[in-house]
Amino acid sequence: MQHEPSTRPETTRATRTPRTTEVTEPVTLPTQRAAGCPFDPPAGLADLREVRPLARMTYPDGHVGRLATGYATVRSIMGDPRFSSRYELMHYPFPGGPEGPLPPAPVGDMTGMDAPEHTRFRRLLMGRFTVRRMRRLSDRVAAITTEHLDAMERRGPGTDLVEAFARPLPALMICELLGVPYDDRERFQNHAHTLMSMDVSPEDRYAAFVGLEKYMGELVAAKRAAPSDDLLGDLVQESDLTDEELVGVGGFLLAAGLDTTANMIAHGTFALLSNPPQAEALRTDPDLAPQAVEELMRYLTIAHTSVKSALEDVELEGQLIRAGESVTLSLEAANRDPERFPDPDVLDVHRKATGHLGFGHGIHQCLGQQLARVEMTVALPALLRRFPTLRLDVPAEEVPLRTNMSIYGVHRLPVTWDED
Amino acid sequence: MDIRVDRDRCLGAGMCALTAPEVFDQDEDEGLVVLLNARPPRERHAAVHVAAGVCPAAVITVTERGSSTAP
Repeated sequence: MQHEPSTRPETTRATRTPRTTEVTEPVTLPTQRAAGCPFDPPAGLADLREVRPLARMTYPDGHVGRLATGYATVRSIMGDPRFSSRYELMHYPFPGGPEGPLPPAPVGDMTGMDAPEHTRFRRLLMGRFTVRRMRRLSDRVAAITTEHLDAMERRGPGTDLVEAFARPLPALMICELLGVPYDDRERFQNHAHTLMSMDVSPEDRYAAFVGLEKYMGELVAAKRAAPSDDLLGDLVQESDLTDEELVGVGGFLLAAGLDTTANMIAHGTFALLSNPPQAEALRTDPDLAPQAVEELMRYLTIAHTSVKSALEDVELEGQLIRAGESVTLSLEAANRDPERFPDPDVLDVHRKATGHLGFGHGIHQCLGQQLARVEMTVALPALLRRFPTLRLDVPAEEVPLRTNMSIYGVHRLPVTWDED
Repeated sequence: MDIRVDRDRCLGAGMCALTAPEVFDQDEDEGLVVLLNARPPRERHAAVHVAAGVCPAAVITVTERGSSTAP
């Protein structure tokens, strides 16, 4: 593929010129969000997307791979089996991570597998997370939602919404679904949190992994001894998974259920409270909830970044990606691509945001997405309707942001409301 | 409109059943796509195209026939 010399400066932003910009210097991954813009992707991603939607990128360990920021590019790579998800082929895109390729995925960590290994786990699980099965949980989600809103109301104005509402709801649901005692949460919640952190030492990460593994090991052994009517219990009884695989996939599902929707509920609330007309639209018309949820998934894209590795030489957008190159996919930049979503930086709950990449795309698209949809669709309007005067209890710039986590959001969301 | 689905490559994400529930479902045990109507009426066509477009495994193929065959 010919590398045409650039005839225009990088700062020209009128049109996309991917073919003429490939010879420019590799970039580094922008990671700093602009002050006062807690909902926007790190500054610099938008400029890159406009002039170099597929750019050469220098990784913190010195590897030179790619960074994809355009919607079409990101989506096509996510759906392309020539790009692997195996960790041992990848370089870490964020500063402070390991040097060189990552360790291989632990047993049962589906996000680090390719077909056919991935297919085996996915096929065992996907029947448990269908649209219909998850909708059947709506009443249970509504009951848990009501319980927690009642408790907030009883305690009176002023609370951390993460602790009081956003975290317990998805945690209770994933625990019930998997058959993990919620009362054991002291034994797994912190470990799951550590595993989702991007700035922990390898030693701490390993300790968290071992801690979660130990807990799940005891649980699987208990379910071997006494059958239980839940997802893990059924897998123990009916699947061909080894105990090691059951422990791994159990820990994976638990961690995935604990720290994802919780952040969407909290950060989604933060975004709605910061855009009062949007909050009011959802409050007065709960039928808007399904599409409001899709729009919040697009606008916030809390699972912000993914990495793949080219298994062979791939020609894409007039560029040659060499086998072995890591490709960082900025899902948050892709979901703000004006070529796909007009006025992408505007939160608009009336928008048809279907097709967003908030749950990913390709074979790894979120297994639990239909559960997440039910939880968000029930929880967000219920919260807004219960507390019509809900508002932040601190200035917006004091809300602590999860800039150090692989799932973005807020660490705490202090809110208050007027008592009747 | 003629629709085909490739169940061998289906990943059970449920985007089709979510987007065009009159045309697509998921089977209860495995979560695999079930095609309820391979030739849906015209008013479903837009949703079918969206469903085919958002399928994460691209297992839905839509073939347009001559417009004269449409109701």
